[in-house]
Amino acid sequence: MGKDMKRYRLGAMIKNGIIYLFLVIFAMAFLLPFFFLLTGSFKTSSELFAVPFHWLPKHFTLENYEQVFTKIPFFRYLTNTMIIVVLNIVGALISNSLIAYGFSRLRWPGRDKVFMIVIATMILPYQVTLIPLYLMYTKIGWVGTFLPLTLPGFFGNAFFIFLMRQFLVGIPKEITESARIDGANEFVIFLKLIMPISKPALATVAIMSFMNSWKDFLGPLVFLGSDRLYTLSLAASMLRSNLNPNWELLLALGVVMVLPVMILFFVLQKYFIQGITMSGIKG
Amino acid sequence: MKKNRSGKLSEYSQSKMRKKEALHGLLFVSPWIIGFFTFTLYPIISSFYYSLCNYNVISRPRFIGFMNYVNLFKDKVFIKACQNTLYMILIGVPLTTLIAVLVSLLLNNKKLRGTGWMRVVFFIPTLVPTVVACLLWIWVMQPDSGIVNTVLSYLHIPGPGWLSSPTWAKPAFILMMIWTCGNAVIIYLAGLQDVPETLYDAAAIDGANFWQQSLLISMPLIRPTILYNVTILIIGVFQWFAEPYIMTEGGPSNATMFYSLYLYQNAFTFFKMGFASAQAWIMLLVAMVIILVLFKVFRFNDTEI
Repeated sequence: MGKDMKRYRLGAMIKNGIIYLFLVIFAMAFLLPFFFLLTGSFKTSSELFAVPFHWLPKHFTLENYEQVFTKIPFFRYLTNTMIIVVLNIVGALISNSLIAYGFSRLRWPGRDKVFMIVIATMILPYQVTLIPLYLMYTKIGWVGTFLPLTLPGFFGNAFFIFLMRQFLVGIPKEITESARIDGANEFVIFLKLIMPISKPALATVAIMSFMNSWKDFLGPLVFLGSDRLYTLSLAASMLRSNLNPNWELLLALGVVMVLPVMILFFVLQKYFIQGITMSGIKG
Repeated sequence: MKKNRSGKLSEYSQSKMRKKEALHGLLFVSPWIIGFFTFTLYPIISSFYYSLCNYNVISRPRFIGFMNYVNLFKDKVFIKACQNTLYMILIGVPLTTLIAVLVSLLLNNKKLRGTGWMRVVFFIPTLVPTVVACLLWIWVMQPDSGIVNTVLSYLHIPGPGWLSSPTWAKPAFILMMIWTCGNAVIIYLAGLQDVPETLYDAAAIDGANFWQQSLLISMPLIRPTILYNVTILIIGVFQWFAEPYIMTEGGPSNATMFYSLYLYQNAFTFFKMGFASAQAWIMLLVAMVIILVLFKVFRFNDTEI
C-alpha cells in the first residue's frame, strides 16, 4: 500500500512537472515581446539593428528616454490623452450608474424590452456608425476637436450599463424600500444609498473606461485631424509611419505608455479581472 | 405617504407611486435614450441610406440603388480582403481558441502550485496599447534581427520573412492574435471555477487522467464560454484595423488587406463613403448570420445568466 502510494505520488509529481514545464515555456514566449521592449528601449540605434540579435544592451543608454521628452511634444500628447481619458471616465461613471439604476431598481412599462435593445447594440460593429458619425461631426464642425471622443461617453455605454445593472440587481430591495415609503426623493436614494455600496462596480467601469480611451487608436485617427490634438497612441503611429522612423525613441515611448497601465493593473488587479469576467457572462 | 388602517398603501396612492416610479425610471435612462437616437439609431439608418448612394463628401449623395453592393463583389481588392478575413477566421480563430483553452485548463489544475504569476503573464499583453503592440511586433517579427527568428535559428530552423512575405504575413498576425488571448483565458478560468471540484475527484477515482477529465467534464461545462469567446474573436477579426494599418498597410501585395482596413481606406483615403457604407452593412449582416448560426449549432444552456 505504502509503496503504491509512493509510486502514485512520484507519477503525479512527474506529470505536474511536465505540465509546469509546458506552462513555463508558454509563459516565456508570452513575455519575450516585453523583454524586447524593455531591453530595446535602452539600446543605441546601431545595437537595435545589429545582426545577430543582442539579447542585452552592451552599451546601456538612457538617451532614448531623453529623446521622448525633448524631441517630441510628449507632454502635449500626454495632456491630450489625459483630457480624453478623464472626461470619458467621468462621463462613464455618471451616465452608466444613472442609466443602470433606471434599468434595475425602478419599474416602468417596457423596461426589459428596452434593455434588450441595449444588449443588442453591443454586437453592432462600430464601422456601421463610424461613417455617418464622421459626416455628422464634420457638418457641425466637431472634427478636429475632442468632442467626438468625449461627449458620447456621457450618454452611456451598453456594456457598462449591463455591468452596473448586474451589480445593482443584486442589492437587496429592503435597503431602498423604507426610504422610498418615507417619500425620499429618488435621486437622493440613488446618490446616498445606492452609490456608496456600488463602489466595486464603479471602480470596474472606471478602469475599463480608462483602458478603452488609453488604448483607442481609430477614434483619434478619424476625428482628431491636427497634430496639436494628437493622443500618445496616434502620435506613436504617426512617428512610425515616417519614412525613417526613430525606432529607439518609439521603443522608449512604448515603455512609457505601457508602464502606467501595468502599475494600475498590479494595484487594482481585482477590478480588471472583474470587468473581463463580467463580459464573459453577458453572452 | 399616508397608510390606511390595514397598514398597506391605499390603491390610489399605490398607483400614484407606480406612475411616479415609471416617470423616474424614464428620467434615469434618458441619457441612454438620447444617446441611442443620436449616436446609434440615426447613424445606422443614414449608413444604410449612404450605402445606396454615390457619395464623395464634396458633392451631394446621389442615389444609385444597390450598385455599391454589386460593385463590391466585382472589386478584386474587396474579394481579397474577404479571403484574408476568412483565412483568419478559419485558421487564426481556432488556433487562438485552442491555445487559450489549453492554457486555462492547465492553469486551472488546482494541484499545481505557483501558477498565480502565470495568469498574470498570460493577461498582461492585453494591457498593452494597440499601437505599442504593433510597434513591438514589427520588431519581434523582423526577419534578421527579430526575437522570433533568433530563437528559431537556435533550433536550426530558418525563419521566414514574416510581415514582408505574402505567405507568412498572415501567420505573423495569428501569432499576435494568440499573444493577446489573455481576456479569453480569464473568462475561461472563471467558467472553469464554476465546475464543482467533486466532479474531478469522482472522475479521478474512476481512473480518468487529466486529458480525459478535461475533455469529458470541463469542456462540456464551459461550452457556452467557448462559444462566447469564439464569437468575440470572429467579430474582432472583422473589425481588425489598427494592426494591419500600422504594421503592413495591407501589404505585401494585399496579403494583409483585411475587411475593416479596406473599409477605412475606402472611406477615409478614397472618400467613397457610399461604397464603404455598403461594406459596413455586408459586415453587419455577415456578423449577425455567423452569430445566429453559432448559437443554433451550439445551443445555449438554459442555466446561463
